[in-house]
Amino acid sequence: METISLRKMKKGQSGLIAVVKSSGELGRRIREMGMIPGAEITVLGRAPLNDPVAVRVMDGTLTLRNNEADYILVHI
Amino acid sequence: MKDKITMALAGNPNAGKTTLFNQLTGARQHVGNYPGITVDYKEGRFVHTGREISLTDLPGTYSLTAYSVEELVARDYLVNAKPQVVINIVDASNLERNLYLTCQFLELGVPMIIALNMIDVAKDRGIAVKADRLAALLGIPVVPIIARTGQGKDRLIDEAVAVAAEKWNLQPLDISYGDDLDETIINLVAEIEGEGFLTDTYPPRYTAIKYLENDDQIMARGREINPTAAEKIEALVSQVSVHLVKTMDVFPEAIIADHRYGFIKSIIRQGVLTHKFDTDRLYASDRIDKIVTNRLLGPVIMLAILFAVYTFTFSWSELPVSWLGSLISWFDEVIAGHLPDGLFKSMITSGIIHGVGGVLGFVPLIMFMFFAIAILEDSGYLARVAFMMDRIFRIFGLHGSSVMPFIISGGIAGGCAVPGVLATRTLRSPKERLATLLTVPFMNCGAKLPVLALLIGAFFTENKAQYMFFFTVLSWAVALLSAKFFRSTVLRGESTPFVMELPPYRFPTLQGLLIHTWERTWQYIKKAGSVILGISILIWAMMTFPGLSPNRIAAFDQQRQVVSTGFPADIVSETEEKRTAAPEQAAHMAETLSIIDGNQAEEALRNSAAGRLGMALESISRYAGFDWRTNIALIGGFAAKEVIVSTLGTAYSMGKVDTKKSASLGQRLQQDPHWNKGVAVAALLFIMFYSPCFITIICIAREASWRWALFSMTFNTAFAFILAIVFYQVARLSGLG
Repeated sequence: METISLRKMKKGQSGLIAVVKSSGELGRRIREMGMIPGAEITVLGRAPLNDPVAVRVMDGTLTLRNNEADYILVHI
Repeated sequence: MKDKITMALAGNPNAGKTTLFNQLTGARQHVGNYPGITVDYKEGRFVHTGREISLTDLPGTYSLTAYSVEELVARDYLVNAKPQVVINIVDASNLERNLYLTCQFLELGVPMIIALNMIDVAKDRGIAVKADRLAALLGIPVVPIIARTGQGKDRLIDEAVAVAAEKWNLQPLDISYGDDLDETIINLVAEIEGEGFLTDTYPPRYTAIKYLENDDQIMARGREINPTAAEKIEALVSQVSVHLVKTMDVFPEAIIADHRYGFIKSIIRQGVLTHKFDTDRLYASDRIDKIVTNRLLGPVIMLAILFAVYTFTFSWSELPVSWLGSLISWFDEVIAGHLPDGLFKSMITSGIIHGVGGVLGFVPLIMFMFFAIAILEDSGYLARVAFMMDRIFRIFGLHGSSVMPFIISGGIAGGCAVPGVLATRTLRSPKERLATLLTVPFMNCGAKLPVLALLIGAFFTENKAQYMFFFTVLSWAVALLSAKFFRSTVLRGESTPFVMELPPYRFPTLQGLLIHTWERTWQYIKKAGSVILGISILIWAMMTFPGLSPNRIAAFDQQRQVVSTGFPADIVSETEEKRTAAPEQAAHMAETLSIIDGNQAEEALRNSAAGRLGMALESISRYAGFDWRTNIALIGGFAAKEVIVSTLGTAYSMGKVDTKKSASLGQRLQQDPHWNKGVAVAALLFIMFYSPCFITIICIAREASWRWALFSMTFNTAFAFILAIVFYQVARLSGLG
């Protein structure tokens, strides 16, 4: 079981969030939307230009930019 | 008569709050504005089993921190206005995350009831939620509803009324936040209760948690009310923060968020939520998105949809617009027939009817455009557009959420910058918001379309559609490049996080669509009653006064006399009766007379205040190819772009320019020596990009500041003028004009 950044995950891949390395407004936003350590996350797809990425977390679909996804490390 | 009950409606965005609000209040709602803040509040009334209920719709939020205006507004409303019951609308198909906000309401101790919405969607996804189990575990009533159809709403209000009537002394929820924080909270609460610190507004434990979360608003209040206690509390907080960062490399905020979700998870695991299917099963929305946001098909589908909106808006609105145009013309004729000639009649017809008529005549087009936008928005498709366009918009310093304001302001074709500017409220970063706000006026709003139609129709008749398309693309290019320019110079700063929810596709409700469409259309119509009416009268006055001197009037009268004596008497009288249906000779006489009238009107115009202003500006405007008459129309356009065509018509002594049948003005311009293709394009460029109209300026001033509003006026005008000059000179020198 390795830990990689969300940005490097492939379409259809799932994992459990290990750590959210961001603070400030972005960190707050990421957390309140349900992306917390221990939550299951699945990559649904990416936009036509590969950025942003759409993920499934807690039954909902969220989108975030690649440079924001960098802060989320996932155990896959 | 029993007492009125106050209720508040709160919940996540996309949870169906607006749908429920519309279901309950119908048309009896009004949108207001919190003074000084750019957040609207919606309030409505309805009657339920004989009791009058006032329902306030709070802004949709995911949390209750102090970091966004919406959250602050919601929180302040709850602790200050103290509604008797809060209806927390929760999306059953997305329960876990929705309960995050619920937790915070519970910690705040407000009297609450949960409306468990979208149970049908949950069922389709194989998600079963046991409402009574949830109610038992949280200690508050939970009522399943389907807001779309109204199912369950009666029971919901029954139970809400019951909660309001009980006036419980509510025990705020206690969530454990881990050993370190729990210990600190106990100490903080002791301090807070001891000093009576903010205890009249917030429960003591709530205040403690907020301090640990670094809540700016509460900390500021604390320092104001009791600086010594505040200092002690802040010291305690910083102590534990430092400890946590050292030992676990996290801030208290993160631990608090994690434990809230932990609490939620423990609740739903106790028989509340069951998944029938695998959790990684694709929902219908996901399958649609596979195609709609596909690398190749996504952009193609998007362009197809935008093109469909464009065609739908123009073709379907053509009929109503021409009806309205005919109605206004008829009205004009009736008035003209009944009023004696003179200043008053002139003011009513040339001033008011043409000015205001120009705006109202286009309402159907604007309304269809807003209806189409409402469909895209309510169905969830617009969120996909933001998702696909974000990467491109980011290049220009903007955000995927900037797409909406652009489209509303006329990005496809026709719209209005006023609702467009208001739509920028979703952008969190102030710099991004300003950049969007300042560049949406470059779009081709509904007011600019008649001018585009007139000039393109007159000078580029062979390729009208292509040129229209070209100018639309040009407006986008200018808007995006200016945004980039602003964001690299005066508006440098951070970007808004793009962490957004992609709501499932939904079938919009007709009621919702109509309400959305009407809200924005009404903003457009209000313009007519206010600014445009006043401006039309002002422009009319400036173009009429000062009139010709008595000598000159006498000279023209004499000219007419000379012509009349050259024709037999019966022709003269016939001409005076009906100038249109007359035999050849009479027609010839009528024509000669009308030429004299035309000359007189022109000289009068030159002599008027507006004329003199136009003449004065000619010394610089001629570099762009604009003569004094064009100048007058452009000056009028500062107030409202709609008056440009009517003013141009009057200035070219047409008198009656029906903006729909502007072919005759177009012909007149074609024949005028001052006008040619080069001038036409220069004029178009200037009109597309110069100062936003009055109302948009006021809107910008309200949403940003007067400084930025004035900047918008001057920068845009200077830019447009330079562009027009450059184009005109190049056209002239290369012989294209």
